[in-house]
Amino acid sequence: MRRFLALPLALLAAPALAQTPELVVYTYDSFDTEWGPGPIVEAAFEAECGCDLRFVAAGDGAALLSRLQLEGPSTEADVILGLDTALTAAAADTGLFAPHGLSPEMDLLPVAWDDPLFVPFDWGYFAFVADAGTEAPATFRELADSDLSIVIEDPRSSTPGLGLLLWVEAAYGDEAGAIWEGLADNIVTVTPGWTEAYNLFLEGEADAVLSYTTSPSYHVIAEEDDGKVAWTFDEGHYMQIEVAGIVAGTDQPDLARDFLAFMTTDAAQSAIPTTNWMFPVATPSDGLPEGFAEPLPADAALLLPPQEAQAVRDPALETWRTALSR
Amino acid sequence: MLTLEALRLRQGGFALAADAEVPPGGIVAIVGPSGGGKSTLLSAIAGFLAPEAGTVRWDGRDLAGLPPGERPVSILFQDGNLFPHLTVAQNVGLALGPRLRLSAEQAGRVDTVLSLVGLAGRGDDRPGQLSGGQQSRAALARVLLSGRPLILLDEPFAALGPALKDEMLDLVAGELAADGRLILMVSHDPQDALRVAERTMIVADGRVSGPLATAEVMADPPPALKAYLGR
Amino acid sequence: MAHRAQPLRLPGPPRVPGAVAAALVAGLVLGPLAAVALRAGGGFAPGPADWAALRFTVTQAAVSAGLSVLLAVPVARALARRRFPGRAALVTLLGAPFLLPVIVAVLGLLAVFGRGGILNSALGLAGVDPVSIYGFRGVVLAHVFFNLPLATRLILQGWLAIPAERFRLAASLNAPVGRLLEAPMLRAVVPGTLLLIFLLCLTSFAVALTLGGGPRATTVELAIYQALRFDFAPGRAAALALVQVALCLAGTLLALKIALPSAFGGGLDRRVQRWDARGPLWRAVDAGVIGAAALFLLAPLAMVVARGAPGLADLPPSIWAAALRSLAVALVSAALTVALALALALRGGRLATVAGTLPLAVSALVLGTGLFLIVRPVVSPLDVALPVTVLVNALMSVPFATAALVPAVASAEAAHGRLATSLGLTGWPRLRLVLLPRLRRPLGFAAGLAAALSMGDLGVIALFAGERQETLPLAMYRLMGAYRMEAAAGAGLLLLALTLALFWIFDRGGRVGADA
Repeated sequence: MRRFLALPLALLAAPALAQTPELVVYTYDSFDTEWGPGPIVEAAFEAECGCDLRFVAAGDGAALLSRLQLEGPSTEADVILGLDTALTAAAADTGLFAPHGLSPEMDLLPVAWDDPLFVPFDWGYFAFVADAGTEAPATFRELADSDLSIVIEDPRSSTPGLGLLLWVEAAYGDEAGAIWEGLADNIVTVTPGWTEAYNLFLEGEADAVLSYTTSPSYHVIAEEDDGKVAWTFDEGHYMQIEVAGIVAGTDQPDLARDFLAFMTTDAAQSAIPTTNWMFPVATPSDGLPEGFAEPLPADAALLLPPQEAQAVRDPALETWRTALSR
Repeated sequence: MLTLEALRLRQGGFALAADAEVPPGGIVAIVGPSGGGKSTLLSAIAGFLAPEAGTVRWDGRDLAGLPPGERPVSILFQDGNLFPHLTVAQNVGLALGPRLRLSAEQAGRVDTVLSLVGLAGRGDDRPGQLSGGQQSRAALARVLLSGRPLILLDEPFAALGPALKDEMLDLVAGELAADGRLILMVSHDPQDALRVAERTMIVADGRVSGPLATAEVMADPPPALKAYLGR
Repeated sequence: MAHRAQPLRLPGPPRVPGAVAAALVAGLVLGPLAAVALRAGGGFAPGPADWAALRFTVTQAAVSAGLSVLLAVPVARALARRRFPGRAALVTLLGAPFLLPVIVAVLGLLAVFGRGGILNSALGLAGVDPVSIYGFRGVVLAHVFFNLPLATRLILQGWLAIPAERFRLAASLNAPVGRLLEAPMLRAVVPGTLLLIFLLCLTSFAVALTLGGGPRATTVELAIYQALRFDFAPGRAAALALVQVALCLAGTLLALKIALPSAFGGGLDRRVQRWDARGPLWRAVDAGVIGAAALFLLAPLAMVVARGAPGLADLPPSIWAAALRSLAVALVSAALTVALALALALRGGRLATVAGTLPLAVSALVLGTGLFLIVRPVVSPLDVALPVTVLVNALMSVPFATAALVPAVASAEAAHGRLATSLGLTGWPRLRLVLLPRLRRPLGFAAGLAAALSMGDLGVIALFAGERQETLPLAMYRLMGAYRMEAAAGAGLLLLALTLALFWIFDRGGRVGADA
């Protein structure tokens, strides 16, 4: 019996193997869900590349990089999609990425971009998200002085948590420790990841949660609920820029480059806002969807250069840990 | 013929020595003070206790190295002689081998022994549904069916009342001893010995002696037994 | 009494499979750890932050385990000596928290004990200051919530293993059941239970972090997570994982030393009747204990149901495929768990106990990473995602199944081993005719637990999962990651229902025919 089954299977598999080149893209979990950008990007890119685009979901952004490091040069991946600016320096240090040689048009991205290894495909501002009725502080200091409660993510296990750490660092530098000490009594708890934190907030465990300025857009557009807002802070907001890079050992360098370029075209960019709930890097042809958050003024953007972000991480973590352990 | 050759048994601080020949057939009572080593002796013969020295032979064959299940021996303990989760018929049927599904012929044999011990029609019951006397009968039925030539009874009827116990002893004497089997029966009660056992072995003071004619032993007990018998 | 000491190695239940199972379990636990360590190729000395994390981890695990067992004893006692309608259903339901994915259980717990939860709303109405669940207290509360059911079940098994005849005897002598029967039973059962829960709490990650309130509540597992995910320091991760294994071994040996085997002997499977604790006061105490435990454990579950019900309509169609996939994984891994645990229990002894607890000590992330490193040179991890999930889930459930089976095998052997041996029942026939029938109840319990745990476990699949081969918990987690909390709550409810159903079917199957 087994032999009869094997034959048709081989016939089915053969054409895919023989004719169509395959592009393997490692990405984070939520990118490749049925409601994420994955299916749209896959269909649109396959329509023009004559290839088979295969997403491999590998946890979150940090897990993505650690997976690539585990696999080393023998990785199956051609492209890594979904690292963020807190990780790009470490990613570059691995030597596993190849220059992309692209200079895409990115009118929405508020900072200049000249990284030779990585191409951004979306971005966002970290922000505290709260109910519209809650009195909004305008600075970290005001938040620290208030009775407002917040839930944040752990910088040792989550990217938003790391983002907040770098946010306070970028805004306050040497005073970061004092800010954290001030915030200590506002922090209800520190969760391992965004999912736990956001759930806790929705359950009413805290007045606000560390998330993104675009988070309320989900509630407006998908749930027709305008009851959530993101607090705007005078210090500015730290950015998270999500990028894609070509794996140096790829056997499909041209296809990989085409894919990176495709990610900044309108076909991919117009899908980003309502599937990934982040800002696209290039304005979609129809503009941002109705009800979607407006980008903050360009001078509100805070971002440490990748090398510096990597360098300050460990001392900043120590400051954070000491301040909150008191 | 059961031969105990320079047998030395040790359990913890307790030691027992035996040199004896027991001719086949009939019931041999094993008497002696409590803690004197009667059960220890049966354990060694059944293969649960390895001797420190010496040999146990049956018809000249050394039993050392034979696991309990492969010895020509059936043993009944003071309690726990039936598996509570199996039916009476299944328990008895285990004498024929480790299968629960019996052939028609085997089932017939099980029914026959059940009738012999007075348990006709109770084959489908579980042990928990039987009285104490009936449980003893079921266990005897299994011993009967197993057809092994040497039977060790480690006071399996101790928990029964006098009338019931006598009934069981008669059953042992009438059915088990019938086919020339040798039955070693531990007993606390001289009356039991007198009732069914022609011969008696004495286990006392770390030694096994006998077998002797039961009537003689009871009429003129050796010193070791005197105190125990309360004379 | 010859059977008290048996210097002879008698032919008994099969022992070889136990050695194979022990080798398999040890290999699966230590192999991946070694793979991670080898990948690192360097040493690592823990820093002060690691020691602080270790201190916190051990302290919270010890307190959580102690409290869980302390509370479980009266609950198990009350359940053991009372019969009331719905008791069987209650016993099953009480197990639910243990079987749920952490995030679902934590959200249920918060809905009751959180800042906006029922308790604080009630306190607010009464004009009392709100109670905070966060911090050391919250970690312990959550761990007790998770582990009280497990402790109760394991201790209840101990109670149920005391034969009816012993209670009858105690009643006839008007002897104190507590000192005569229950204390020795607890002495045999409690150390193992304590150890199991201590180890469970030792590798807790999400609970400790979510409710811990801040970096003071840093566990070793978080340090491992950080080392592997952010620092890419496999050496550090392996060293920390080794510390966990060392703690596990030390704890296991200690528990072995403390525990005394109970020797109640066999009975005739009579229905247990209790003559003690008949007074109205005792009745009220037991009712109160059962009521309080039910409220503590079931109120959060009721909230999971309430939150999830509206989301059921929102579930994406793909959730059903994920649910089927999870069911298949659960069934296969339960079979594997029971086979491994049974083999270990039949062999018994130190080897079985150590091998049976080892999987608890291992960090899930290190295990996943190590397996990934081992598997990858041979076959694409994506192709073996489900088999690896089955294997790991089975491995993770082995300790619980072993905990249920080892004492059961020991007491079945103590009660019936002599008779079986005298009848020449050894090896396979002994297993089939004597042991398996005597083990039905713990086997059903073990299979149910293994299936349910596998159902609710995210496990290592994250590192292996690709494309859309997700399991139900992963699907739920991904829904949450995409803001779809309502659908995720629906998926959580579905998961709760399937998990309980699986557990109930197996557990029930083990009890049919046996008095429960």
